[in-house]
Amino acid sequence: MKHEILEKNSILLLIGILLVVAIGGAVEIAPLFWVNGTVEKVDGMRPYTPLELEGRNIYVREGCYVCHSQMIRSLRDEVERYGHYSLAAESMYDHPFQWGSERTGPDLARVGGKYSDEWQRAHLEDPRSVVPESVMPPYKYLALTPLDYRDIEQELKTNKAVGVPYTDDEIKNAKADLEAQADPNSDGADAVQKRYPKAQVRDFDGNPKEITEADALIAYLQMLGTLVDFKTYHADAPENRR
Amino acid sequence: MNSVTTEQQPWRFDLAFFPAIIALSFFAGLFEAARSPDPRMVMQGWTFAAAMLAIGIWYLVRYGARVPEDEKGGYANDVVKAGVIASMFWGIAGMLVGVIIALQLSFPNLFYFPDLPWTNFGRMRPLHTSAVIFAFGGNVLIATSFYVVQRTSKARLFGGSMPWFVFWGYNVFILLAGTGYLEGITESREYAEPEWYADIWLTLVWVCYLITFLGTIIKRKEPHIYVANWFYLSFIVTIAMLHIVNNLSLPVSIWETKSFSLFSGVQDALTQWWYGHNAVGFFLTAGFLGIMYYFIPKRVERPIYSYRLSIVHFWSLIFIYIWAGPHHLLFTALPEWTQTLGMTFSIILWMPSWGGMINGLMTLSGAWDKLRTDPVVRMLVVSVAFYGMSTFEGPVMSIKTVNALSHYTNWTIGHVHSGALGWVGYVSFGALYCLVPWLWKKQRLYSLALVEWHFWISTLGIVLYITSMWVAGIMQGLMWRAYNDFGFLEYSFVETVQAMHPYYIIRALGGLLYLTGVLIMAYNLWRTVRSAPQLSATAEPQLAMEPVS
Repeated sequence: MKHEILEKNSILLLIGILLVVAIGGAVEIAPLFWVNGTVEKVDGMRPYTPLELEGRNIYVREGCYVCHSQMIRSLRDEVERYGHYSLAAESMYDHPFQWGSERTGPDLARVGGKYSDEWQRAHLEDPRSVVPESVMPPYKYLALTPLDYRDIEQELKTNKAVGVPYTDDEIKNAKADLEAQADPNSDGADAVQKRYPKAQVRDFDGNPKEITEADALIAYLQMLGTLVDFKTYHADAPENRR
Repeated sequence: MNSVTTEQQPWRFDLAFFPAIIALSFFAGLFEAARSPDPRMVMQGWTFAAAMLAIGIWYLVRYGARVPEDEKGGYANDVVKAGVIASMFWGIAGMLVGVIIALQLSFPNLFYFPDLPWTNFGRMRPLHTSAVIFAFGGNVLIATSFYVVQRTSKARLFGGSMPWFVFWGYNVFILLAGTGYLEGITESREYAEPEWYADIWLTLVWVCYLITFLGTIIKRKEPHIYVANWFYLSFIVTIAMLHIVNNLSLPVSIWETKSFSLFSGVQDALTQWWYGHNAVGFFLTAGFLGIMYYFIPKRVERPIYSYRLSIVHFWSLIFIYIWAGPHHLLFTALPEWTQTLGMTFSIILWMPSWGGMINGLMTLSGAWDKLRTDPVVRMLVVSVAFYGMSTFEGPVMSIKTVNALSHYTNWTIGHVHSGALGWVGYVSFGALYCLVPWLWKKQRLYSLALVEWHFWISTLGIVLYITSMWVAGIMQGLMWRAYNDFGFLEYSFVETVQAMHPYYIIRALGGLLYLTGVLIMAYNLWRTVRSAPQLSATAEPQLAMEPVS
């Protein structure tokens, strides 16, 4: 073919470029939406509770993903340091994903339950008070800022619209569930755990007077990586072979 | 029309259309600011409305009473000048933020302010990356592409005031994005952090950019489309595709900044890195190769080394780059076949990349002495050398066994910066050093000695930066996987953080030197505009006067 044809016709050149750059993405990305086994079959995954979702929003807002990955690679040292390698299923309700690209700080995919709420509070307020060598920024203001959750119901609806299976019941009770999860003595505490199995209900920031951003963020951190039941997960099962 | 002016301005579509867009946008901003219950959206609304007001006034002043001198025929130069100035401004701002966040990691007790959330690393880092890539790099690309496409097509920019709308609109996008990051507005997609409304605005601006560029090519008076324009065109078109697909998200409501990505988990991750790697491939590579293909031959006054090589490496480069995204996700939950495909294409990518390097370097055939005598040529050539180095390093790092060590470490940061500081930075500086005397009709730069200082200081900065990050990254990777004699992991994570301390300091010093070089450059360019001797009026070949359409 004579290249001259493309060089002398701007529209043909434009179409040529578009065709050439479209192929790679089409072949690599599109199949992920329909090839079986791209996302493993696991027990225990559920959508985030309203409080966890708000915590996740704060995690995103503060750019935590810039220094912390949430993706344990299938390498011996990573599995020994952080726990079972991450499954695709574990981020199937993450819009967007938070796998990260850099470990200025450690991986957080399974940080849930590794530290007490009190440690998390102290660490967020002043990281160097508990880890002297840390280079993490201080997040003192989280515990001092009331959580803004006026649109939590709408947030669940939006998540549902992009594919997270929230039920109508969960959406209707979003605000009540959020408040109940931060207050173990509330009437709604049982209902939260019923709607969201393994949800942890307690006053995460140690301040029963109000629900702060620290409540939400710690609730999120404490559930990371705790949902999937690895006793019933078999990597060799045919449906999980990839 | 003002009766004082003697010339009558004919009615122009662009002078009705763009002011209308600006007015509508102004009211949209005001409306958001007034109606939104989200305080961050209120801020963004005011910011946007204020910017639109400023641009509206600018339009009035420029076009209100007369046809601007710059638009009476010949090439459009004013908008390129504006792009040069914006590039320098954003370059200094973005690099300064880079130095600050490097210092934060070096001395957390000194450079973090617990009561100022917006100064935290997590919010400043996207500000740094966006400011240097999109604000600095983007303005350089817009300015140079507008300059180059006119000269190589022998045609004035298409669209009347549309190039100006592209320039202003793009910088408003930067403003929204940058102030948004500091307020904590982010989609958390690396290098695509701005939220839905800023994405929509950028899409509008980008379509205008494509129309301006393509329109200019269409009305060219040269039979062939010059090679630099192939690269610019592929950059503009592909970035449009990547931007739209990667930013598909559903806002919580039109009054809220927050949106949720249409994709989740593994699909979302690959979409993002398909975007992320091709932001490197098309924004930071194809676009800047366009610069290389115009400014190196022009400055050394030699033709491009090989026409055939430019064809082969152009098509192979843009075809192969798109596949390389999965190398950001090796050993993750991404399916194995995608990882292997990504790695394979990343290694193949080495060849077309070096095709570009060879074509750029060999263009100096017969003019190698200019390396010694002209520091601007040296800057351009060293940029191509860095391009060759980092496009060799990239494929190496995408090999799974190497990536197992390098991923998540500072080696990646070093790799990015050898490309960004060495290639993108230097080729931009070279182009700007060429452009300023050309645009402001000066015989020469104010001082070549200052260019020498800039070159050597910033080269030392790059060397400090990338060597410290290589050592830090490899050390980090080795420490994470080290086992002791009992078969336990040798180091806790925080010991690896502690080990980074000296290298973080060296890195910050490297960045500071690089910034110093850019400040010297800004001074030199400013003095060139102010006091270098004027060129005689007929020195640059100009277009014949054409009627203003």
